Amino acid sequence: MGTYVPNTKEEQRGMLKAIGLASMEELFDAIPKEVKLDAPLDIPKGMSELEVSRKMRKMAGKNMVYDSVFRGCGAYRHYIPAIVKQVTSKEEFITAYTPYQAEISQGILQSIFEYQTMICELTGMQVSNASVYDGASAAAEAVIMSKERKRRKALVSASVNPMIIETIGTYISGTDMELEVIPVKDGLTDIESMKDMLDDDTACVLIQQPNYYGLLEDGDSIGSILADTDIKYIMSCNPISLGIIKTPAEYGVDIAVGEGQPLGIGLSYGGPYLGFMATTDKLMRRLPGRIVGETKDTQGRRAFVLTLQAREQHIRREKASSNICSNQALCAMTAAVYLAAMGREGIAQAATLSMSKAHYLADRLCELDGYELVYKGEFFNEFVTTVNTDVDKVLKTLSDHGILGGYPLEGSNERQLLWCATELNTKEEIDTLVQILKEVS
Amino acid sequence: MKLIFEKGNLNRGLDLMPECDVPVTHVSTGFERKKELNLPHVSETEISRHYTKLVKRTFGVNNGFYPLGSCTMKYNPKINDEIARLPGFSDVHPLQPVHTVQGCLEAYQLADKYLCKITGMDAMDFQPAAGAHGEFTGLKLIWAYHQERNDTKRDKIIVPDSAHGTNPASAAMAGFSVINVPSTAEGFVDVEALRKVVGEDTAGFMLTNPNTIGLFEEHILEITNIIHEAGGLNYYDGANLNAIMGVARPGDMGFDVVHLNLHKTFSTPHGGGGPGSGPVGCKELLVKYLPTPRIIENDGILTFEDKNEKSIGRVKDFYGNFLVVVRALTYMMTLGSEGLKNASENAVLNANYMMHMLKDTFDIPFGNGRCMHEFVMSLEKLKKEKSVSALDFAKALLDYDIHPPTMYFPLIVHEALMVEPTETETKETLDEVIAIYKEVYNKACNDPDAMHKSPTTTPIGRPDEVNAARNPILRY
Repeated sequence: MGTYVPNTKEEQRGMLKAIGLASMEELFDAIPKEVKLDAPLDIPKGMSELEVSRKMRKMAGKNMVYDSVFRGCGAYRHYIPAIVKQVTSKEEFITAYTPYQAEISQGILQSIFEYQTMICELTGMQVSNASVYDGASAAAEAVIMSKERKRRKALVSASVNPMIIETIGTYISGTDMELEVIPVKDGLTDIESMKDMLDDDTACVLIQQPNYYGLLEDGDSIGSILADTDIKYIMSCNPISLGIIKTPAEYGVDIAVGEGQPLGIGLSYGGPYLGFMATTDKLMRRLPGRIVGETKDTQGRRAFVLTLQAREQHIRREKASSNICSNQALCAMTAAVYLAAMGREGIAQAATLSMSKAHYLADRLCELDGYELVYKGEFFNEFVTTVNTDVDKVLKTLSDHGILGGYPLEGSNERQLLWCATELNTKEEIDTLVQILKEVS
Repeated sequence: MKLIFEKGNLNRGLDLMPECDVPVTHVSTGFERKKELNLPHVSETEISRHYTKLVKRTFGVNNGFYPLGSCTMKYNPKINDEIARLPGFSDVHPLQPVHTVQGCLEAYQLADKYLCKITGMDAMDFQPAAGAHGEFTGLKLIWAYHQERNDTKRDKIIVPDSAHGTNPASAAMAGFSVINVPSTAEGFVDVEALRKVVGEDTAGFMLTNPNTIGLFEEHILEITNIIHEAGGLNYYDGANLNAIMGVARPGDMGFDVVHLNLHKTFSTPHGGGGPGSGPVGCKELLVKYLPTPRIIENDGILTFEDKNEKSIGRVKDFYGNFLVVVRALTYMMTLGSEGLKNASENAVLNANYMMHMLKDTFDIPFGNGRCMHEFVMSLEKLKKEKSVSALDFAKALLDYDIHPPTMYFPLIVHEALMVEPTETETKETLDEVIAIYKEVYNKACNDPDAMHKSPTTTPIGRPDEVNAARNPILRY
């Protein structure tokens, strides 16, 4: 049996004696007999570290780690600089709690303050929080944040990742908010339909940039329609794309959110990831979650603290702007180290490389019979194609060659694949993929 | 200390990306970023030293005693991290075909099985990313249950006044209104007051047990019965599960739904504020409402089931904070049935030992000399007589290089300090800390002014929090 209890049996007996007890059982005298377990837990016996390690490695070995990944759809495999993993493996960062005691938590607090600054830089927005769980919960929190007295309707584009739409639906079900989906036209938010849906009850419009199909939305037109209204403009964006693509602030957005995983966080089978949220000064006090601010200590030295806590659950209880406590602090630090390492040039390079590889991939795929782009709009690093034969067969063949192919879409896009490329995909890999597909029919 | 933005030079940076080996595509006009992106311009050496400096200004469980009550800051075993870093877990895409991720799904399935046994629940769901997220999810199950029965007038969630702030916040977020029920002078739920507030509008009751005073609710079965008889459901906040593993189970106490904090009870590190993991467990009657997708076994293959009309829906984009669950599973496999019970026993033993050794010096208003895994001290007298508050006391402890207890919680205790030593501390550490607490207490009595000036040995002194909130500077 493995254990992390350091005290020996003898020490334990000594401590029991000191408090006047004869056995461990007596420690639990306050628990009524009727609810006490009368048998050991029905789970296996403990094991040594070596045995556990062997077992878990075997389990990990049952998963396939692909040599090449051409699938994104919300989770992206980018290059992670060595310094990122090294810094975020430091034991103090890993094992600290939420920085309640500022005097001994300046390291964590400053790292969050730097993260907030970088998110503001990326998005062009004025204020960022310390993170939320992931991109979907960030979008849902933003929708809730947009609620005004009578404005209770959230309009979400159908070109937003369906998982995000579904999460928003769960968050607002049972509350006085409602969700309406703006239809798509040619893979893009149908702006004419959106106009017709806007009314005095509308709290927000949420779009994704680049959208679920990888296309760049006409964020300017939507921005100018919403500009003179009280309707909040929410944009969910891919942080890497912001190295070269117009920022949410430049589109006139009120709340920018997104999935921060591409910023140095591994695929990790879906989590932990990082939800980022940034907004304007005007909406600052409605932002949910932890926020770090700069101040001075008693001797006038620069100091960082958790601030604007009057928004939060431990003060406001049922009137809090959100129930969130733990966020994704270590993932936020990971993103900050990543952005520091990459710098302006590095982010722009990663974005340009991803976009260029995706366009090369698209061009090469479209040389094949039966493969063509489903949408004609401008795209970043993802795009949708038709497939000349059975989708499962295509993906299976690629998988046999160690390649994770595009994501098979559902609904009206059935039998179409959503492809993705990043800087990790070489020309050679792409040419190989096309060669393999040539032979599947 | 300098910010990373105040270091480096405009032309400095790392060389990380290769030349483009395909024709370069540029963003077309109208879509390109115009605003300059100001990120740090630093070398790898500067990044490395910057964060090494920040590490020195950070206090983790590895640095020292960390008795944050209700947070269960136990030691975080390193094997857990090592396993979570294996490429077979860490480099797997969440949308890979299920036959290529059977190991990941097996990890979820095993964690599900073990946690159900530990809590006495029938099913577990790992989608929620943290405790508060689990609370929201669990409360939505209660909401869905009443909806389906067309019992829609049930819109009230009852919480004790000693509850953590997330409980009422989660209830409000899930669309309920909140009723507070008082505690008795002994620190338990006031059963008579509870009887008075239940009724046809009761959707459910949320309770932490052992409660936030560190006491096991003596009338737990009566309490859960009152709620059930009124037509409501019982919600167990798992914040304090570390006291009772292998000893008692929420499922046997009349609870219908629980959430756990894997980053507390199951030893996964807290990362300076996350990521955590907040799985939700429930009894059979609520299983059909659990978030989609659900992991199921089909012909020996583990897979996701996406379609379920009755589900409350998705609460996160991809399923769960997977690597946190992997760590917790590694922990459960290491300890096993006996080890988990042993952990709880020693958590309770360490708390009782500390409390016993401190009770002659400090006012410990509840429990009559006994507690579960944590206890609450009140510094009200010190405040009144010497103007030394719980905050002053906590700040003075910082100069002894130990982390203070949780301050000012629960709200029902004035000048509260809540101590949770956990099972991973040695008797020597406890003895040292007990001596320090007593020394600081004496100091508070003899030299209260010095207490107001502490800490003096930390990287910064007390920060001006009022100014921070009044004139917010939230970025460089």
